[in-house]
Amino acid sequence: MAVEKTYQEINERIKKGQAVVVTAEELVSMVKEKGITRVTSEVDVVTTGTFGPMCSSGAFLSLGHTKPRMKMHKVWLNDVPAYTGIAAVDAFIGATEVPEDDPLNSAYPGEFRYGGGHVIQDLVAHQKVRLKATGYGTDCYPRREIETVITIDDINEAILFNPRNAYQNYNCAVNLSTRIVYTYMGMLKANLGNAHFSTSGQLSPLLKDPTFKTIGVGTRIFLGGGIGYVVWNGTQHFPGINQDDSGNSFGHAGGTLSVLGDLKQMNPRWLVGTSMLGYGATLTVGLGIPIPVLNEEVCRFAAAGDDELYAPIVDYGNAYPNFTPSNLGYVSYGELKSGKIKVNGKEVPTAPVSSYPRAREIAGTLKQWIQKGDFLLGEPVQLLPNADAGIKANTLKG
Amino acid sequence: MSSKKVVLRFAADITDQPIIYKLVKDHDLIINILKADINPQKEGTLVVELTGDNTEQGLEYLRQLGVGVQSLTEEIIQNEEKCVSCGACTDICPTGALYMERPDMVVRFNSDRCVVCRLCVKACPMKAMEVRF
Repeated sequence: MAVEKTYQEINERIKKGQAVVVTAEELVSMVKEKGITRVTSEVDVVTTGTFGPMCSSGAFLSLGHTKPRMKMHKVWLNDVPAYTGIAAVDAFIGATEVPEDDPLNSAYPGEFRYGGGHVIQDLVAHQKVRLKATGYGTDCYPRREIETVITIDDINEAILFNPRNAYQNYNCAVNLSTRIVYTYMGMLKANLGNAHFSTSGQLSPLLKDPTFKTIGVGTRIFLGGGIGYVVWNGTQHFPGINQDDSGNSFGHAGGTLSVLGDLKQMNPRWLVGTSMLGYGATLTVGLGIPIPVLNEEVCRFAAAGDDELYAPIVDYGNAYPNFTPSNLGYVSYGELKSGKIKVNGKEVPTAPVSSYPRAREIAGTLKQWIQKGDFLLGEPVQLLPNADAGIKANTLKG
Repeated sequence: MSSKKVVLRFAADITDQPIIYKLVKDHDLIINILKADINPQKEGTLVVELTGDNTEQGLEYLRQLGVGVQSLTEEIIQNEEKCVSCGACTDICPTGALYMERPDMVVRFNSDRCVVCRLCVKACPMKAMEVRF
């Protein structure tokens, strides 16, 4: 009879220190060697990881009340504006926010040396951060300004809340135009001079549970070096299937996750302020998800290797900025990681913008946490929509 | 045998002379051209690595011809604390000094191949590539 395991059974084994945990990379070769049936019965949990720039990230900070009290109308952290359209001393620092006097792209390509992502990294590193706030004064909150220095330890709460992380799959970006373009996928040289990609392929969380059989609201995860949770699907969650012009399937596309965790227990090694030349500031986030091997189907998906996972090749010279269809074909992560691919008959050098060694370290760390019995699996209270939900993207008119 | 990296600047009136040939023939130097550029005014810039026993004599010959000789004192370093091995620099680097060690996909830096063009300093998202004087 085919193996069926429950979260409870697996968690019992984790508590006893008996759970068998492997990384997604290890699972790939294990299944090739032993077959799905045997591995499904032997392995309890598969760990995944990814470490790449994730713009839709930020942190809610509850700064604490001043004396006299103040309703903060504007807040700056190391000169980077934070959003304050919430309660009196609460603010949200977004990863891509930059100081008001940043030259942006007026000195093209702009360098974006410091932004919200860097503020978050400085906070997590327990560095001192300059806080400036202004208010308009109310009867109950009369104070109008403050300039002080804080650390993450001084404030009441710091909650990392990233509305869209862990993209299931992502474009392989090339440039068909005749000039260099500076994109969120890095610097792309003219005339197909290079190709950039940004997932960890066979270690990537949502490529290993592509139909969302196990990942849902309440899944406990590695987030920023600490513990976090999946709290919803991410924004722009489009978990469709990639197809070429002839209707051939090239695997799963654009599922995303909304994740949250206590920033105070995270680590600056895993939340790194990032500057994309000519594009903007952002945050590189370390994220890893454990996948319980409930049955053979879950195991089979989790065992997909780099040669079975594909990225669509997209032109960022013209097609992407103009939002016109671009299908230059599909390429496997195995080919992308080899260092060169063929596009339109031309050999093109490739480079990643997400770190494979760090993704591997995340999967390894999560594996250790589970083996030690410190980290139990969170059973989702609700699973997330998958490709069957038929979610279509809306576009903005105007 | 000593090795030296220098930046050579040629005025337009001497760009037609077989200077590199003379360095090899008369001074027995091994020449490794790291970077070469001629601007629209026909002035030339060369970044070369000279190896041999007579590097100083070779450089003196160049100075007498009116070639500007400047030693390459700037260097690029990879700050390993900051580098996360994302890899975004590896296809930007024109000389292959920055490269990916496969299959582990770790970014390595071979400073011997670096010509201090600084493209990586700008392109590195973590600002892990630094100029040292």
